[in-house]
Amino acid sequence: MKLSVRRFKTTAIVIMLGLGAMTTHVVAQPSEQVIKVTAKKFDYTPNVIKLKKGVPVVLEFTTEDVLMGFNAPDLGVRADIVPGKVTRVRVVPNKAGTFTFFCDVFCGSGHEDMTGAIVVDE
Amino acid sequence: MKQPIDRRTFLKLAGLGGVVFASGLGSMARAADKITGGSAYDDFYFVQLSDTHWGYTGPANPEATSTLKKAVAAVNSLEEQPDFVVFTGDLTHTTDDPKERRKRLSEVRDIVSGLKVKEVRFMPGEHDASLDHGEAYQEFFGKTHYTFNHKGVHFIVLDNVSDPGASIGEDQLQWLAADLKQLPEDARIVVLTHRPLFDLYPQWDWATRDGAKAVELLLPHRNVTVFYGHIHQEHHHMTGHIAHHSAKSLIYPLPAPGSQPKRSPLPWDPAEPYKGLGFRDVEAEVKDVQYNITELPLRKG
Repeated sequence: MKLSVRRFKTTAIVIMLGLGAMTTHVVAQPSEQVIKVTAKKFDYTPNVIKLKKGVPVVLEFTTEDVLMGFNAPDLGVRADIVPGKVTRVRVVPNKAGTFTFFCDVFCGSGHEDMTGAIVVDE
Repeated sequence: MKQPIDRRTFLKLAGLGGVVFASGLGSMARAADKITGGSAYDDFYFVQLSDTHWGYTGPANPEATSTLKKAVAAVNSLEEQPDFVVFTGDLTHTTDDPKERRKRLSEVRDIVSGLKVKEVRFMPGEHDASLDHGEAYQEFFGKTHYTFNHKGVHFIVLDNVSDPGASIGEDQLQWLAADLKQLPEDARIVVLTHRPLFDLYPQWDWATRDGAKAVELLLPHRNVTVFYGHIHQEHHHMTGHIAHHSAKSLIYPLPAPGSQPKRSPLPWDPAEPYKGLGFRDVEAEVKDVQYNITELPLRKG
C-alpha cells in the first residue's frame, strides 16, 4: 500500500481496509473514486453502495445531525461519522457479494433500521 | 439450605419447563469465605428477566402494555420465590423524548415493585441509556455498573450500553480489573450485562466493541459465567472456559443470528400468544460451581 505525506484539509480518517487487510492511516490517491455517503436520522444516502472487487475507493462520510457510525463487519470497515467533519475511509474490497452495513452508534428511535448494503461485483 | 432437585421436579411437574442447559464449571473452589467474609456455601436460585421494552408499540406484540405485568405475576406465582430477580437491560423501549424516557422508566419501576421478591437488580440496555449516557436511567435505578456478593458468588454488573458506541470503556475496564484483582482465581464469579461480550453476530450489532478486553480480564479466573440479554432469545456460547447465556425477551423474539436478511422481530402469532417470550431461573449450586438454567415460558406464567 502506497503511503503519502499529503493530508486532507478537512478532518479525515482514511483507512485501508478489507477482510483481513491491515488497517492504517493513509490518504486516498487522486485517481481513486470518491463516494459520498450522507447519514441522517435514520438512513444513509445512498444506502446501496456498488463496488468492484479489488478496486479501491474512498467512502466520504458526513452526518446531517448527530454522531453516527458506519460498520460493515464482513469487509472490516467501520468509522465514526462526526457532525461537522468529513470522515474518509479507503476500501479495497477483496471479495464479491452483498454485505450489510449499519449504524453502530445508537442514534435514536429509528437506529435499528439504519442499515444498507455494499454490493461488490467481480 | 434449598433443595434444587426438588424444585426442578416441581417445575417439571407443573409443566413450566425443563432444565435445558447445565454448565459444570469446575469444582472444589473455596472462594466463598474470601468473598462473603466467612459465610458458608448455600445453594440458591435467582430469576433473570430481560428486554421488557416497556413503551414499545407495534405488531410484534399487540399486548405490550400487559406483558411486563404478566411476567411479574408469573414470577410471583413461583412456588418457591427466588433469592433475587435481575433485569438484564432494555427495561424500556427507546424514545427520543427525554420526558417520555423518564415516564417509561418510572412506570417500569412501579410495575416491578409488585414483585414479591424485594431484592431486584437492574442494569440498562441501549434502549434505556445510549441516548443520554445513562443519565435518566440512573435517576431511577442507580449505578449502571456495580458488584454484589450473594452466598459465596461474586456478581459483577457491567455496563456496555451507556456509551452509544457499545463500549465498556477504559475507565470501567480498569474498575473491573481492580475488582478482579481482589478475588482468588477460584472465586465464583457471575457477570451480568446487556450485550454479548463476544462477537456473536456483529452484522446485527450483537457484540460489545471492547468486550474481548473484559473477557481477557476474566479468563484467569476459573469459575466465571455470564448472563446477558439483548438478542431476545436463548443462546449459549463458550469463550475458553467462560460460559455465556443469553435470555429470552419479554416483548418480542428476534430471529436466530443470520437466519434472515434483517434483524426484524419475529411476528406475533395469535394462535400462540407470547410464543418465544419468557424468563429463566438459575439455580446456583455454589460449592460445585454449577448453574442449572430452567427456561420458563411466559404463556404459562
